[in-house]
Amino acid sequence: MNSESKKSREKYRQTGLQSFFRGRLNIHLNCRTITGALSLAVYLILASLCWLSISACKSGSRQNEIVIAGSTSIQPFADGWAELFMEKHSEVTVNVQGGGSSSGIMAVKERTAHIGMSSRELKEDEKDLIEITVAYDGLAIIVHPSNPVDNLSLDQVRSIFAGEIANWKVLNGTDKDITVVVREEGSGTRGAFQEMVMGSRRISKKAIVEDSNGVVREIVSRDRHSIGFISLGLVDERVKAIALDGLRPSEEAITQGHYHLRRPFLFLVREEPRGLIKEFIDFVLSDDIQSRLPQEGLIPVKKIAAAGSFQD
Amino acid sequence: MMSKSKPNDRLIRLSLLMVALTAITVLAVITIFIFEQGLPVMAKYGLKNFLFGQDWYPSEKSFGLLPMIVGSLLVTFGALLIGVPLGLASAIFLTEFSSRRLSRLLKPLIELLAGIPSVVYGFLGLMFLVPFIRENLGGPGLSVLAASIILGIMILPTIISISIDSIRAVPDSYREGSIALGATKWQTVRMVVLPAARSGLVAGIILGMGRAIGETMAVIMVAGNAADLPASWLAPVRTLTSNIALEMAYASGEHRQALFATGVVLFVIIMILNFLANLAARKQPGR
Repeated sequence: MNSESKKSREKYRQTGLQSFFRGRLNIHLNCRTITGALSLAVYLILASLCWLSISACKSGSRQNEIVIAGSTSIQPFADGWAELFMEKHSEVTVNVQGGGSSSGIMAVKERTAHIGMSSRELKEDEKDLIEITVAYDGLAIIVHPSNPVDNLSLDQVRSIFAGEIANWKVLNGTDKDITVVVREEGSGTRGAFQEMVMGSRRISKKAIVEDSNGVVREIVSRDRHSIGFISLGLVDERVKAIALDGLRPSEEAITQGHYHLRRPFLFLVREEPRGLIKEFIDFVLSDDIQSRLPQEGLIPVKKIAAAGSFQD
Repeated sequence: MMSKSKPNDRLIRLSLLMVALTAITVLAVITIFIFEQGLPVMAKYGLKNFLFGQDWYPSEKSFGLLPMIVGSLLVTFGALLIGVPLGLASAIFLTEFSSRRLSRLLKPLIELLAGIPSVVYGFLGLMFLVPFIRENLGGPGLSVLAASIILGIMILPTIISISIDSIRAVPDSYREGSIALGATKWQTVRMVVLPAARSGLVAGIILGMGRAIGETMAVIMVAGNAADLPASWLAPVRTLTSNIALEMAYASGEHRQALFATGVVLFVIIMILNFLANLAARKQPGR
């Protein structure tokens, strides 16, 4: 190969990416003026939009707005309560945001939200906030409807999620590996499960991790050998909630205190609620709202309180 | 015309420079932010524990990223294993063997693939691919294999369109010369056209690899996300990007910082891969 053709080969070797971009650059160069003017205009418009939205946000957080943030388990219900509240008080805006229990707790501490939502009990270093229980939720252990296993002890559930029992055969089921599906670290549902079922035991590393109750339910409803946990309120006919120590999860079993996997839905505030915030919390705790909770799969606060005091 | 546009030119050059600088500033801010948030927690718990620890239990302050590092590399490798042969074969067919009319019809269709949102790929994977693997190959279906196949398809348009451009850039005189020497069409492609287009092909593969390692949504949906070293192609796996996206919503304190540290690790891995790939692209074929 002579030196000239070598050179031209060299040249073509480099063409790949360059020609790919140059083709596009040429267009820009040809109508540089238009592009320049356009991009400047777009830049200015974007900048002014940003400015506007920032100033809008600032003026928005006045007395007539309540910002609520936290657990995504509570969020859909809180959205409903906020809507009903705003129907009655048209001058008020209630802004419900998700983010998760932990970020809800942070948000109240840092005053970026008026009310935080947590679907797990507070940890020791979070106890400086005032807790108001607005409802209770059950935690259901779910399997595929076709699964012959119908009842498990709490110990068995713990061993399954710890990865010690790995085959349904041990539990009088089919000879198939168990697919364990859990929520991600930090989620309130996982936190509640860890606390109430696992205790100090670790959830197996081999478990499949998904980031919402809905996806866990979706996977369990499609995989015949899987097991997972979700909010009792979200259990539907596509999955089977198994009985724990012979007790099927139901509103009644939870109210009576027989079914143990229940967790509080908490509202968190920094100080004794006043004014609008108190009004909203009182509204959520009112009979009007509380009596609707069972339809949505939740358990009213008063029922548990009544059952609890009865037992005492 | 010329004299009139001169002051205008300067103004526009200045404004374009400002716009360009904005992009670079954003990049710098992102880099600084990720490192500023991620490095302290890495220093506190030790770089070794982050890179080689096998336990990811943030609530117990155990931040081992090894399963995710391996997961990202494995899934990306799997995607290339599927995407590169398919992509190169399609590009070669469309440039060298198909009729003009057919390639004019097929190329836009392939590029359309790039416009499909990743969540749609993930959804299709979850609905069809995952059950298929579960029923026919075993395991939970959510697996390294599922993620590799989905990613392999997602990087196809990148690889194909860049490969086509670089193969087309090879001058016809090369092909004519080769044929004149008695080489067959396939020999010409293999021994003349592909080596000449090499840097462009590698560039396409690098961009495809970048897409595969950075993809998040589709991977979360089909990979199963278990923070454990996968035992086989059928075991679930978690990538670095999934780790961040999956847990960001609920993370606080050191858990959150550990997710930024995950970002730092990803950042460094991508830099290394890009560097290696560029090196490979520049290196002369040995002869």
